[in-house]
Amino acid sequence: MKLLRLAPENTKFPFMRFRRVSYPFSALLSLIAVALFVFKGMNFGIDFAGGTVIELRAKSGAAEVGTLRTLGEGLQLGEIEVQAFGNPADATLRFGLQPGGDVAQQAAVERVRGAVGGYYDLRRVEVVGPRVSNELVQSGTLGVVLSIIAVLTYLWFRFEWQFAIGAVIATMHDLLLTVGFFSITQLEFNTTSIAAILTIVGYSLNETVVVLDRIRENMRKYKKLPTAQMVDMSINAVLPRTIMTATTVMLALFALVAFGGQVIRSFSVAMIWGIFVATYSSIFICSPMLIYLGLRNEDADKAAQKHETERKADASVAAREDITDEPVSAPPKSTPAPARKTSGKRAKTRPA
Amino acid sequence: MLRFSTWKFFAIVAMTIAAVLVVAPSMLSPSHYEELKSRLPSWLTPPTIVLGLDLQGGSHVTLEVDQADLISTQVKNLRDDVRRILREEKVAISGGIGTTTRGVQVRVADPADREKVLPKLRQLRNSFSGALLGGPSPLDVEASPDGLIRVTVTDAGITDKSRKAVEQSIEVIRRRVDALGTREPSIQRQGDDRVLVQVPGLQDPETLKEILGKTAKLEFRLVADPGQNPSEVEELDQVEQEGKLGVEKQVMVKGEDLTDAQPGFDQQRSGEPVVNFRFNIRGAQAFGEVTSKNVGRLFAIILDNKIISAPRILTPITGGSGQISGRFTVEQANNLAILLRAGALPAKLNIVEERTVGPGLGQDSIDAGKRAAYVGAGLVVVYMLVTYGIFGVFANLALFVHIAFIFAGLVLLGSTLTLPGIAGIVLTIGMAVDSNVLIYERIREENHAGRSILASLDAGFTRAFATIVDSNVTMFVAAAILYFLGSGPVRGFAVSLALGILTTIVTAVTMTRMMIAVWYHYARPTKLPI
Repeated sequence: MKLLRLAPENTKFPFMRFRRVSYPFSALLSLIAVALFVFKGMNFGIDFAGGTVIELRAKSGAAEVGTLRTLGEGLQLGEIEVQAFGNPADATLRFGLQPGGDVAQQAAVERVRGAVGGYYDLRRVEVVGPRVSNELVQSGTLGVVLSIIAVLTYLWFRFEWQFAIGAVIATMHDLLLTVGFFSITQLEFNTTSIAAILTIVGYSLNETVVVLDRIRENMRKYKKLPTAQMVDMSINAVLPRTIMTATTVMLALFALVAFGGQVIRSFSVAMIWGIFVATYSSIFICSPMLIYLGLRNEDADKAAQKHETERKADASVAAREDITDEPVSAPPKSTPAPARKTSGKRAKTRPA
Repeated sequence: MLRFSTWKFFAIVAMTIAAVLVVAPSMLSPSHYEELKSRLPSWLTPPTIVLGLDLQGGSHVTLEVDQADLISTQVKNLRDDVRRILREEKVAISGGIGTTTRGVQVRVADPADREKVLPKLRQLRNSFSGALLGGPSPLDVEASPDGLIRVTVTDAGITDKSRKAVEQSIEVIRRRVDALGTREPSIQRQGDDRVLVQVPGLQDPETLKEILGKTAKLEFRLVADPGQNPSEVEELDQVEQEGKLGVEKQVMVKGEDLTDAQPGFDQQRSGEPVVNFRFNIRGAQAFGEVTSKNVGRLFAIILDNKIISAPRILTPITGGSGQISGRFTVEQANNLAILLRAGALPAKLNIVEERTVGPGLGQDSIDAGKRAAYVGAGLVVVYMLVTYGIFGVFANLALFVHIAFIFAGLVLLGSTLTLPGIAGIVLTIGMAVDSNVLIYERIREENHAGRSILASLDAGFTRAFATIVDSNVTMFVAAAILYFLGSGPVRGFAVSLALGILTTIVTAVTMTRMMIAVWYHYARPTKLPI
């Protein structure tokens, strides 16, 4: 059976060379995202802005958006948004907070029910008062901030500090671009969007960690290889996996967008964007950051060596890949291929 | 690589079978489930997946104690207490008792009088809030040298009162919601001043809001005579008619003295819907006494400070029962009876958040979620198959068990499956195979580098494992934070995501490894099939 390969094999893309392009490019995009957030703003859903959403289904025939709009405007509820979606019998009404506190919100729903209840079923009613929406904003912001701190701490323990900083900068980049995406598409931003953002943060780190893991491994293996080359080699090595995983997750997300229904569509669309950005940033933002932060192969190497001798007895996976017994000759600088040979030789001498 | 301990093998097989058994009852149709339940002993009722309100339809209503109302009630009570003390001590005041936003103030000119009242006023603290021993004082009593005494309710006092109001409200709300006859309502306190009511599968969410939003404070008072002292009279709105009606401030009988209330029809007159009630002994005595003394006068039946009706006392009512009529509809009479039976709320509660999903929409969401899950899983399965061949089959088998584990986890944790939760599962389907991809790609790489098949397999699994753990820990952290900060549907998402991450380690790593080991043992391949 001929198997499908999406990713080319044995690539040698000089990714690090692109950092002079990718950094200004990403910086520009991030600035645009911030500008969009400040000047264009987000389409905050009722979770964060407060207000009411009512989903209607016509008792017979199709929903008449025009009529609903006129009816709605007649009720004096401030700006009212009427939208048709999916099934022609369905429509949503959305209006903002009513002056007069929580009691006024309920009164407004009653007025709508009185006006349209004869022709439409109210299939979903969501009312969020001013205090609750403020709290949701707080807990949402707190969640995003906390998760970044938590992950930074984990990475700091697990990797060198440059890795942690690189990962967090990549994550911030993804976060900014996702916010910009919400702003430019005016997708509704609600609590599910916070879930999307945190999942993107998780995925972005997942991507980053896979690349960093390989960099760390190669850093110990190829001691004298220039850092940029070593990083390039690592990214190329994990590239098939990166493409493969991004594709499977995308497949699942496309299914959600196409069939998952109205409520989670904005979540799924944001996730697709997030996967794309996260994959890009793990390669073009996080890894070059290691070089900018002065990750030096040789310095790190000495530290690693010391570390290894101290913990020879340690049976961790990293220690099993202990290569201090290998000749300390670096492979020729131009290509990482001979390095592969070395490991091949080793495999022969080692009982399986 | 090939050596696989027998206990590990059986542990995995046993876990898989257990997971399938745990999930199976949830997959049955309701009628089949009932049949299964009836055949099993009662201690073995199989648990099923709890569907969130967004999937099964229902109402989620958050109520909050109305702080302004709570404070004004407390201030009113405080004023009555201060007046009583002044009267008991026979202390003269200049001007009346003034109220501020948070308390009352009086001017006592005579220093000797001041010395007499102040200790008594300070003692009010104890009666104000008995449970607050040793804590911050619920009342502040200050006296300025020019004779002005201020008694104010402190923040601690307000918090304490609203906490107590929430506690009492929960009981009242439970009685009210139970009267609707719905299954498994959940009524919980949230923070200091909120109550969260979740009622699944409600056909008519309007009634729920109707009975939650009312304080249901019932009072019987005499309608004021024209010549009465204005300070004893209060003007209240009427439900039936336009305009206000003056009633006495003093309450004859309160709603808490009712023992029963039932909807019925007026037998003597129009046959219109009414509510019949019975008093307890104290209520019956008080009502009998007042009605005997005031034959010929009007008395007002007041609900939440609105006059429902004001009938004339024709004869003394001593039987301890009565009837409330107010041109009700049948439904209104029903609801009022429920409210009177359940008792009044100790404070006014406002709806600060409401999320109601009709049963039809819930079913639509389940269908949409299922469709997305099938299509998503189908695409991933096919993709793995065409990319990895026989190894893809192993990954797909592991994926199947992975999904069974997630559902089993949801059932065993009693966690709620929401629509975002389904999205989480679909997402983990995409991510679950990531571990397989990591391993397989590593195996290929090792093989290309010249290792033997067995050595490549071994290296692929061991080397990829550290990466899998690292990358999943970060994802897990995000899910955990979502769980602690999110609410309702978003929490459901966090749970599915976290479960998915945990089970990946078992299924994608250990199970696939086992399958590949068995395959290698029998197939003895000379070439790596990926």
